[in-house]
Amino acid sequence: MFFAIPLLIVALGGMFSERSGVVNIALEGLMIFGAFTGVVFIGIIQKSGAHIDGQMLLLLAVLIAGAVGALVSLAHAYSAINMKADQIISGTAINMLAPAFAIFVGRRISEKGTQQVHFEDWFRFDSVPKLGDLPIIGDLFFKNAYLTTYLGFLILFISWIVLYKTRFGLRLRSCGEHPQAADSVGINVYKMRYAGVIISGILAGIGGLVFVIPTSREFNATVSGYGFLALAVLIFGQWKPLRILFTAFFFGLLKAVAASSSGLPVLKDIPISSYFYKMMPYVITLIVLTFTSKNSQAPKAEGIPYDKGGR
Amino acid sequence: MSELKNKPAHNKGFWGLLDLSNALSSFVAIATGLVVGFFVLLISNPADAAVGFTTLLTSGVSDLKNMGQVLYFATPIIMTGLAVAFAGKTGLFNIGASGQFIVGAYCAILVGVRCSFLPGIILCPAAILAAIIAGALWGALPGLLKAWRNVNEVISCIMMNYIGMYLVNYLIILTVYDQRRNITRAVATHANIPTWGLEHIFKLGNSPSSANGGIFIAIIAAAMMYIILEKTVFGYELKACGFNKNAAEYAGINSKRGIIMAMAVSGALAGLGGALLYLSGAGKGIDVVDTLAMEGFNGIPVALLALNNPLGVIFSGLFIAYLTVGGFRMQLYNYAPQAVDMIVAIIIYFSAAALLIKGFIQKIGKNKKIRAKGDA
Repeated sequence: MFFAIPLLIVALGGMFSERSGVVNIALEGLMIFGAFTGVVFIGIIQKSGAHIDGQMLLLLAVLIAGAVGALVSLAHAYSAINMKADQIISGTAINMLAPAFAIFVGRRISEKGTQQVHFEDWFRFDSVPKLGDLPIIGDLFFKNAYLTTYLGFLILFISWIVLYKTRFGLRLRSCGEHPQAADSVGINVYKMRYAGVIISGILAGIGGLVFVIPTSREFNATVSGYGFLALAVLIFGQWKPLRILFTAFFFGLLKAVAASSSGLPVLKDIPISSYFYKMMPYVITLIVLTFTSKNSQAPKAEGIPYDKGGR
Repeated sequence: MSELKNKPAHNKGFWGLLDLSNALSSFVAIATGLVVGFFVLLISNPADAAVGFTTLLTSGVSDLKNMGQVLYFATPIIMTGLAVAFAGKTGLFNIGASGQFIVGAYCAILVGVRCSFLPGIILCPAAILAAIIAGALWGALPGLLKAWRNVNEVISCIMMNYIGMYLVNYLIILTVYDQRRNITRAVATHANIPTWGLEHIFKLGNSPSSANGGIFIAIIAAAMMYIILEKTVFGYELKACGFNKNAAEYAGINSKRGIIMAMAVSGALAGLGGALLYLSGAGKGIDVVDTLAMEGFNGIPVALLALNNPLGVIFSGLFIAYLTVGGFRMQLYNYAPQAVDMIVAIIIYFSAAALLIKGFIQKIGKNKKIRAKGDA
């Protein structure tokens, strides 16, 4: 569960960007930016001794992570939309910038000069009142939980509504499929693409923080390739929110198995290295790509800078 | 997914480097990156910013040992830079250099450790050859998928990076694992690339640098790539595919074969880079950690700055290595060496836009010509 939710959020972010026609391989970097600022913020508040409710603090940190993600994604948007530069290259630049930035600033602000940023876990709650008592579902979803899990589902719900049930969503999708046609009926393609990239920045930033909070007590300038894995989720999920949900949980399960394969009694006896479980999501994505790329559901105009004068 | 518009650089061979519009865009990107880098230093610690920045820019040539270190760091990224550039010439974006690099490195180490009964004159070339083959295979697969099933090579390369990393980690533990240090076992000393006397030149007092013969191999590889691209039918066909795939097909060039071959050669170059780094005699092994090899990604700015020109790659590789060495020295002033990564990232960002600057300059030039014609 802790593995799946960040994948879900970040892949949904990627969906908004790619549906608007901008490839965003900067998800990894945006996650790092979001996680770093969010964790630093939490650390500062916790050290200051302010008495603040843990869940409240978490929500504030999520807001900050999202805002920073949005800010950084603007750099990608500007290069991809205004400068019509190669979207892969500016994405790569952000991916390289993010860990360097996190380590550099982390060392600068920490007292011992180490790059890890520590925080305390104020956010776990044992059980949600009433709901936690439900059989099976209660154990799965409402015990030892983090607020971020529900946030993930909320984001999924809102994403689905926005993408399919609003005027904005329709326009966004049209910009990713045929921007010239969208422009001809008066949609501002540049604006829509900016919106897509910024939403992806917000969600990737949040996703980064959501990845770090339940799995660790410190942030070490990496999100372990989750940004790229989210990209795989996005493709496997064929750019559709519900499929992304299932893929995220499937990949999350594989990640969980990889992390605990030596601890689970059934799996311990099977002589399969945990590396195979780690490899699995990427291998599966590759295979899926092999068989679906001919009739892929990818947005048609994805990755092509929009040129008003183009045909 | 996206059709990449990797326009191959306007190529005039070696003198293309001196072509003002070509070089200028790279210099603009570099200058911007350095200026931003200086401001980063200034913000984080104003007192030492000036001296720290000077260290960054000068320590690569401050003494012979550091110059040797520049050569050592440049070797693998020249190779991955060549890999990215070679694919770029064919209109492909090889972001999988990291994976190809690490499988190559693993195979080189495997041969270097397990076949140590061979004499050095066979062992070292055998290890390098193993790396080249492994890298080529790792690169060919995304090429095959692209040609056969039209799978976007960027995505498949990213997947191959992770598969390669986990596979290599797994195989290391099975075959050449040094449990104590969580690293690969040291290769037999006679598997290492000869230093050809470089250690006597590039040293400070009695401490030699890690410079070794690998840099010559990298330069030879760059020269060979230049010859292949400029002087052979194969290279011409590849470039034709890169410029305009449809036109190339119409002219009877098998573009599918071209894509696969280009990716295989590109992978071979990256794999060779892995061998050159880990057979350098510097005692480096592959750490068994779940992180991608950075050398692969550093090939991207190297190729971008050189505008995919193989001979330019040598210089841009040396430049990035030069900054890296400066970054290490900058730690004296309490700056994390990651400042260099930030500068490089900013350079990449602006070099993406720099292609536009170049186009802009060329446009102005063209307009002038047209106007001149109109007047005549």
